[in-house]
Amino acid sequence: MTAKDEPEMITHDEITEMIRNATQSVFSMMLGIDLESCDSFVEEDPPGPSEGVLALIGLAGTWAGSGTFSCSAEMARKISSALLMAEYESINDEVLDAIGEVTNMVLGNVKTSLEEKLGPMGLSIPTVVYGRNFTTRSMAKASWSVVPFKLGGETIKVHLCLAPSRETPKIKSAGEHGRAFLTLMQ
Amino acid sequence: MSLDVLIVDDSAAIRKILQRVLIQADVPLGRVYEAGDGEEALNCLKDASVGLILSDINMPKMDGLQLLGALKNQESTKSIPVIMVTTEGGSTKVMEAVNLGAAGYVRKPFTAEQIKEKLAGIV
Repeated sequence: MTAKDEPEMITHDEITEMIRNATQSVFSMMLGIDLESCDSFVEEDPPGPSEGVLALIGLAGTWAGSGTFSCSAEMARKISSALLMAEYESINDEVLDAIGEVTNMVLGNVKTSLEEKLGPMGLSIPTVVYGRNFTTRSMAKASWSVVPFKLGGETIKVHLCLAPSRETPKIKSAGEHGRAFLTLMQ
Repeated sequence: MSLDVLIVDDSAAIRKILQRVLIQADVPLGRVYEAGDGEEALNCLKDASVGLILSDINMPKMDGLQLLGALKNQESTKSIPVIMVTTEGGSTKVMEAVNLGAAGYVRKPFTAEQIKEKLAGIV
């Protein structure tokens, strides 16, 4: 395989850096909040807090996957209050909309950083879930990069799962797919 | 003289934030119209006349670039300055918006100061 045919690679550390920059920038500029970033890690299972708010966005291009933003219901109310300068006593449509928009801004900026390495990508419109004892399942076989942040003693997590698209012409064998997946897990 | 504005974004949160930011930026706001997508925006403009449009790009039904194209093809709306306010930071989308006639481009997240600077040469 020539250098020209080499698929672009991206590591967990690179993804972590993109998520950290995007999330801290959104919280600082739009909410006036400085977020403390914690150690990132890789996990095999998709995200799913036993209860709280989870927003999901899909990414598609030569690489494709999903990104999520999750936090407790209490934290979702705090974030919405800071963003919209209003008090929220419960989770309502405005809170879910605010969390969806924060997710859109965070993962939209991650997408822009990813595009410099992996080429053009599309971003879906966010879906926001609020509930208790729910689980999530992804059909993707790749690992999730998880970047937690601390705010007021609570944790916010941003997850990203990314793998080369099946249609990508650059990837020509299962072995090469495997290499790309392993790169994510470093 | 007050300025009537149309804010187009599928997020009610962002529409609310942009309205607040326009006030913080000392824009002499008149009526503020809101639309959740390009189709709603075009319907709104059948009845309303505005001096500025702030529009997202990624929206359901009709996105911001399609809206921009439609506005620039209509005699009654082609001279309204349109500023794209979006998470789309890729150069392809920026160039597409500029080629379609966008008056400016603000990337989310944004500060009131950035919106003010962008409006300075337009409003």
